[in-house]
Amino acid sequence: MERPLTQHIPDSGATLHIREYEAVGGYTALKKVLREMEPAQVTTLVKDSKLKGRGGAGFDTGMKWSFVPMNMPGPKYLIANADEMEPGTFKDRWLLEGNPHQLLEGMIIAAYAIQATDAFVFLRWAYKDAAREMRRAIADAYTAGYLGKNILGSSFSLEMQLHTGVGRYMCGEETALLNSLEGKRATPRAKPPFPQVSGLFGKPTIVNNVETLSWISHIVNKGEAWFKSLSYTADGGTKIYGVSGRVNKPGAWELPMGITMRELLEEHAGGMRNGYRFRGALPGGASTDFLTEVHLDVKMDFAGVTAAGSRLGTGTMVVLDDHTCPVGFVHNLEHFFAQESCGFCTPCREGLPWAEKILWSLENGTGVPADLDLLEMHTQMLGPGNTFCALAPGAMEPLQSALKYFREDFEQHIKEKKCPYAHHQH
Amino acid sequence: MLTAIEIEKITHELQQVPVKKAACIEALKIVQQQRRWISDESVEDIAAMLEMSTAEVDSVATFYNLIFRQPVGRHIILLCDSISCYVMGFTALRQQLQNLLHINYGQTTTDERFTLLPNACLGTCDHAPALMIDEDLYRDVKAEDLEKILEKYS
Ligand SMILES: Cc1cc2nc3c(=O)[nH]c(=O)nc-3n(C[C@H](O)[C@H](O)[C@H](O)COP(=O)(O)O)c2cc1C
Ligand code: SF4
Ligand code: FES
Repeated sequence: MERPLTQHIPDSGATLHIREYEAVGGYTALKKVLREMEPAQVTTLVKDSKLKGRGGAGFDTGMKWSFVPMNMPGPKYLIANADEMEPGTFKDRWLLEGNPHQLLEGMIIAAYAIQATDAFVFLRWAYKDAAREMRRAIADAYTAGYLGKNILGSSFSLEMQLHTGVGRYMCGEETALLNSLEGKRATPRAKPPFPQVSGLFGKPTIVNNVETLSWISHIVNKGEAWFKSLSYTADGGTKIYGVSGRVNKPGAWELPMGITMRELLEEHAGGMRNGYRFRGALPGGASTDFLTEVHLDVKMDFAGVTAAGSRLGTGTMVVLDDHTCPVGFVHNLEHFFAQESCGFCTPCREGLPWAEKILWSLENGTGVPADLDLLEMHTQMLGPGNTFCALAPGAMEPLQSALKYFREDFEQHIKEKKCPYAHHQH
Repeated sequence: MLTAIEIEKITHELQQVPVKKAACIEALKIVQQQRRWISDESVEDIAAMLEMSTAEVDSVATFYNLIFRQPVGRHIILLCDSISCYVMGFTALRQQLQNLLHINYGQTTTDERFTLLPNACLGTCDHAPALMIDEDLYRDVKAEDLEKILEKYS
């Protein structure tokens, strides 16, 4: 089983530095691209591979690049989205700390494909080790001639900057990220125009996730057929999956796209801890719908998880066990979303704190039956199409599925006027 | 008044961006690095230097979780309160921190040693519960470890 993205990352947790990266074939894809390929050929290759974005929405990467107007004069930008603030998500950290040059090489090739002049890594503040390693990697890449003017003697030039954020989940939303890079509040922008046409400082801009960009050099080296062959399903490649919660071996693993939830949980995460039973999981981070025991054989690819009523999201699963209160669990999530709402549109700004308050009252034993209808109403009012960005609909996914699958728990809180879980936490 | 070092660093940032406003967050970071927090006066000074209104600078300063508009202690404790840490018991850590430091979220110890803040997912959920003190990440933390951990910070 191949693990292209993570195979060279030392188990010790050390970082692969430039010489080590070159020794395992690093930067050969960049050389090949600059020597042999036209920008449009790179985009076509990525399009043919059907690589889908790993940042959550799963949009076709080559397609996204192809929307950039190539004949427009002036600067163009490429941005690696390394904000990773979705609770339960910790996959990009592995790539950033372990193999920063793999990301840089992917970025330089992507920048060449769209003929970008400047590239940015938008990195969250809390990733101190990643910041140190990225800073070093960028400096090393400049010294080696992979960045700067006339890269490796070609006519292509690219400047690269590391930008560290100051903490806000919204910075990960691609248009809010652009505002933040422009020094503003991280509120989203209306689309259209799409960033590919009018992004950073009004110029064509591509924003891609760290895991997405880390693929590019491999696809250039080995081709689209190889990329597709790595997967068990129609969505090509491997995926970095993760599991957290009360399992024996929480962690992250690079595995063929399309392995089942069961394999992930039982073989890789080592099953549930002694004394705990699996009740459900958010398959792809905090903004995805619960799946339960009946879904354990669902294939963890974009289509499979969607068909089961949830989303692959970031592919990092949070497990709910039978000792943890589902209402408390969802309360914690809604607390996060209410706090991190940018406040730009009314349904989200007003609705999320309301939903949070209702969940809190249920946990406190002061809930009433009508609260459940109110919560259902929120899942409609904050659902897709009613708010300016995907934060609010994302916030409703765990709530609506909890109301569906763990209804008896909600009702028990109301009937018993307390949280039935002995060791419940707030 | 901005110090010479602050002015020099902000001037350097201004050279990297096409419009002055775009350096606003960087300027806030620079001043906070020197003074630990952003006072009203600092907001005015940055606004003057970037040719922005104070309200505009303040709207940015108050938006981000890690720009502090109130004085903070010498060390910032960021306790992850997100979902994996919830499942793995961050509340026990919060309780123990409150017992040891006699402060609640958002407060600073009277000796200005620590400020305690909740923080969204630190991206290390497979090692929950987790917390950060200044630049140091602690994973798989147990309540009984906390006293020893805090001793490292004077
Ligand atoms: C509130 C919110 C937060 C997001 N945070 C991130 C993030 O931290 N990292 C990321 O890659 N994508 C994040 N996204 C998705 C981005 O908007 C965007 O779809 C993604 O970066 C595109 O990259 P991809 O096509 O390579 O997946 C977020 C979206 C929303 C609505
Ligand atoms: S949905 Fe929420 S986060 Fe998104 S724009 Fe509206 S208020 Fe901001
Ligand atoms: S939920 Fe605490 S580190 Fe992710």
